[in-house]
Amino acid sequence: MTVTKWTAADVARKVIDNQSLFILDVRNADAFEDWKIEGHQFDYINIPYFELLDGVEAILPQLPKDKDILVVCAKEGSSIMVADMLSEADATLSVSYLAGGMKSWSSYLEPIKVADLSGNGELYQFVRLGKGCLSYMVISEGEAALIDAVRFTEVFTSFAKEKNVEIKHVFDTHLHADHISGGRSIAEATGATYYLPSKDAAEVVFDYTPLEDGLTVQIGASNIDVGALYSPGHTIGSTSFVVDGKYLLTGDILFIDSIGRPDLAGLAEDWVGDLRETLYRRYRELAEDLIVLPAHFMIIDELNEDGTVAKRLGDLLAENHGLNIEDESEFRSIVTDHLPPQPNAYQQIRQVNMGKITPDYDEQTEMEIGPNRCAVR
Amino acid sequence: MAVKADVMLDAKGLACPMPIVKTKKAMNDLEEGQILEVQATDKGSKADLAAWSETVGHQYIGTTEDGDVLYHYIRKCSNDTMVEKTHEQTIDNQEIVTRAANGGFILDVREEAEYAFGHIEGAKSVPMGELESRMNELDKNQEIYVICRTGKRSDLVAQKLANHGFKNVYNVLPGMANWNGDLTKSI
Repeated sequence: MTVTKWTAADVARKVIDNQSLFILDVRNADAFEDWKIEGHQFDYINIPYFELLDGVEAILPQLPKDKDILVVCAKEGSSIMVADMLSEADATLSVSYLAGGMKSWSSYLEPIKVADLSGNGELYQFVRLGKGCLSYMVISEGEAALIDAVRFTEVFTSFAKEKNVEIKHVFDTHLHADHISGGRSIAEATGATYYLPSKDAAEVVFDYTPLEDGLTVQIGASNIDVGALYSPGHTIGSTSFVVDGKYLLTGDILFIDSIGRPDLAGLAEDWVGDLRETLYRRYRELAEDLIVLPAHFMIIDELNEDGTVAKRLGDLLAENHGLNIEDESEFRSIVTDHLPPQPNAYQQIRQVNMGKITPDYDEQTEMEIGPNRCAVR
Repeated sequence: MAVKADVMLDAKGLACPMPIVKTKKAMNDLEEGQILEVQATDKGSKADLAAWSETVGHQYIGTTEDGDVLYHYIRKCSNDTMVEKTHEQTIDNQEIVTRAANGGFILDVREEAEYAFGHIEGAKSVPMGELESRMNELDKNQEIYVICRTGKRSDLVAQKLANHGFKNVYNVLPGMANWNGDLTKSI
């Protein structure tokens, strides 16, 4: 059988449709350990390509005959080499490789409809499976608002075109540290208003519209509104949104199975009190039937059956460990003393999002490699 | 400072897996103990060459960067078993720094590139291959602690020095591969 080429979109389908897949990851052991393609029904082996230069015969017994085998590497070159070798060694295997490798996986976005809103409105979640980032588009009567757009601006502008809507408002819930925001570029390209919480924007070098608590914008002529709710803790400016009275976009404050970390701007001690206040008071005053839509997921188990990442606030208040630490000093200790490693290049990424440095496309890709690590579990 | 190598491989502009494929081929033509310099522009080549060297038993010495170009240094090692050490006077890694401070000196007989990527402060570099021609730089009355990576080259050098009338020559074990102290770089 000849080797076939799979795109990141093909792999995303396998993840979302809960299908099985066997992945032969030929990157370095360290790279595989740090970050890989996650799927509910995926099996893996990791054998660096440079151990296979003399032939693949030795690993044939480890490969399944009855499953698709996807060979994955950093960029694609080595996976093509190994896939060709496998197919030559055993023509009965169903072998493919991932075009663009982990780089393309890191940048792929899958748009999924979360809900129909009042009137004919729609709410979409853009799931970046490889990096765990979630962006949102609210559509109503020819207009759109974007929240926490990642840097692949073309995905959003073409989606808006396809839906025949004009992007009018672009929001960032906070100054991101784990990925590069696409918000400002999209606003520049479309003429939309770009909002950023001013408390996070002290050092930014571009113009923006301050995102203040209570700000409300109408999308289209309908009654769908996007209302801002100040919810500091991950950063001092972090702001949530309530969309159409039903959906709570929590940014990096509250996730499905974890909560935000307060340390990525170096101020964990100062912000932990704000984080506590937001999670244990402000959010508790909201209606429990709100559906929480976070800006990230950390593990594949946080995905619902349809691929979306969403859960009722009341359920999270009951089940999310980070929302159920009664003792304040224990809470303080968990979110400041037991933090996971920081995201790759997070300080540089903050500089990019402030407009202070302008890396080229490849450099941006390099900075964003790896998992997002924005949460405390 | 340029690092000395025996053979140079140009892998600039090549994408993964080609830098490793070419390195593997090039290494076949090197003599044991010789150093290959690989010039590459693929950023991933650094981690991959280090891991590949580890897998096949070569010594990955280090990498320097100049603009977009990475310069990797790898020393060819064979997998055959260790020859028995024959020079009788040996000394432990731990002891040589204090002993050297009291009048002896450390002689590092590894290749210049290995020395450049990390050596003991104050150690004198004379690669094994240059010993004969540079023996006049050494003082027969001083204590000399001969060190290499694993104790193999230093053993040969210590014997040779003893045969030339050096009385106080020690082979340092286990050698730089197990050195826990500070390292000085000259790159």
